[in-house]
Amino acid sequence: MMPFVMPDLRPVMPEVVMTCLALIVLMADLVIKRKETIAFLSIICIAIVTYVLSGSLGTTFNGMFISDGYSMFFKLIFILNVILTVLISVKYIAVEKVNFGEYYSLILFSTLGMMIMASAGDLIVLYLGLELMALSTYILAGFIRYDIKSNEAAMKYFLLGAFASAFLLCGTSMIYGLTGTTDLKAISDYIVKNGLASNPVLMLSVILFAVAFSFKIAAVPFHMWAPDAYEGAPTSITAFMSVGPKAAGFAVLGRVFMVAFGSIKIEWATVLIPVAVLTMGVGNIVAISQTNIKRMLAYSSIAHAGYMLLGIIAGTNDGMASVLNYMLIYAFMNIGAFAVVIMLRSEGFKGDNITDYEGLSKTHPLAAALMLVFMFSLTGIPPTAGFMGKFYVFMSAINAGYTWVVIIAVIFSAISAYFYLRIVMYMYMKEPKETVHLTTSPGIGLALAITVIAVLIIGVLPSTFINFAHVAVIGF
Amino acid sequence: MVPLNWYLMLSTVVFMIGVFGFLTRRNIIIMFMSVELMLNGVNISLISFSHFLQDMRGQILVFFIITVAAAEAAIGLAIIIALFRNKTTAHVDEMTEMKG
Repeated sequence: MMPFVMPDLRPVMPEVVMTCLALIVLMADLVIKRKETIAFLSIICIAIVTYVLSGSLGTTFNGMFISDGYSMFFKLIFILNVILTVLISVKYIAVEKVNFGEYYSLILFSTLGMMIMASAGDLIVLYLGLELMALSTYILAGFIRYDIKSNEAAMKYFLLGAFASAFLLCGTSMIYGLTGTTDLKAISDYIVKNGLASNPVLMLSVILFAVAFSFKIAAVPFHMWAPDAYEGAPTSITAFMSVGPKAAGFAVLGRVFMVAFGSIKIEWATVLIPVAVLTMGVGNIVAISQTNIKRMLAYSSIAHAGYMLLGIIAGTNDGMASVLNYMLIYAFMNIGAFAVVIMLRSEGFKGDNITDYEGLSKTHPLAAALMLVFMFSLTGIPPTAGFMGKFYVFMSAINAGYTWVVIIAVIFSAISAYFYLRIVMYMYMKEPKETVHLTTSPGIGLALAITVIAVLIIGVLPSTFINFAHVAVIGF
Repeated sequence: MVPLNWYLMLSTVVFMIGVFGFLTRRNIIIMFMSVELMLNGVNISLISFSHFLQDMRGQILVFFIITVAAAEAAIGLAIIIALFRNKTTAHVDEMTEMKG
């Protein structure tokens, strides 16, 4: 009979607090009729979680749950993602007539799943976090129940997500059969000790993990769900799921591949390089022919996943730090761009066609200027943050000896200028065809202010953020 | 005693039936059932590994998988019903609201 030892709960405290607060928000929906109050409540919850997060370094549950600098950095990105998403949602979900309180608690639950993923030190915990995140996001994608497009987005996202998690489990099962454990550190030790580097079963499970994570980060050839899910989902949720699940996917990709498969770096790099090149290629080239801005941003987010994969392929601490930095910058610029898209949506006007942006600078100069900054940043033009993000990722890949992959990435990055700057051209060089009404609110104004200031500050003073990312990956 | 290989063969066959079902069938419910079949294929292999390694982790993971699959079924069927109310079809090829 084993005595029951109470595990150290301090490292999981943010997740425990988050669970309780998300349930409270769910319950509060029954008594509070004004949904803006619930949005405010969920931001307070996130503030409390941030406070608890600050003192949570450590490892608990026998190494199943790791709270280190790496997970901390990702959790900050998730927290930022929730705050910005809630700010841009408040007015938007009222316009879409889906102003329900459970929207906010689902966002909190999804974020809880992401936080668990970022901290997972064991494949079981990783799977549970991934499913919690994915299941909440499926519901959010189909949140506009009366809209067939939203239903269809949820359906496609759900079917392919479930298919991908079956592959993740298949990989887990093979690793378990091979090494007799699911703990990431123990897997690594077993591989080194028994010299399994060229074992075919190990290679197969690496490929299965790569497939499952590629689905989550929307990397080609497993990106098919992304454009449809992004287009059909409510725009605020598109912003949420283009940053959150992608960041969480990179968090687990980094941890599993760098920790568990750290000794077979060359092997998994040869699997990921074609994926990265295809992702950048397909993402950037297909985006050119899009007429719907949400769909275009979906392909753009696929392309950005390709750039970020270069940092993982580099396989160094430097590369991981550049991925963290890129993810933070990407969160700001992408949510900022979606916030402008949301402003164009008003009663009886979809506002998600690229032609709707014609002459926006004449009718709404401020909105056009903000979109200009985000488009420049997504292209990677200095002095915006997007340039710095790409610069550090490409530099870490060159330092690791993957110069030819970086050359391809730069070529595709130049191609991407075409479709980002086309929006700018429409806004500034065409005459307005019809007057577009902007739906503004204090929340969306605040979100836009935060994102645009962050994009410009990181673009001018990147060293603070990259140093922060370097500190985060120490001892990883 | 049944050797481990037999269990693994069974698990692979069940998993592959699931994969082929998912890729070839066009009815949402059947595609969803195929995913469940894939999960059950994995469950068989995890339990047989767990038995042959004399280690409990595999069985614990299987319990979690069964629980998550139940939650997934609830959400999946809810999405299918929401879709069916707006468009009376359960056929993937007819879902062409979005293209490009």
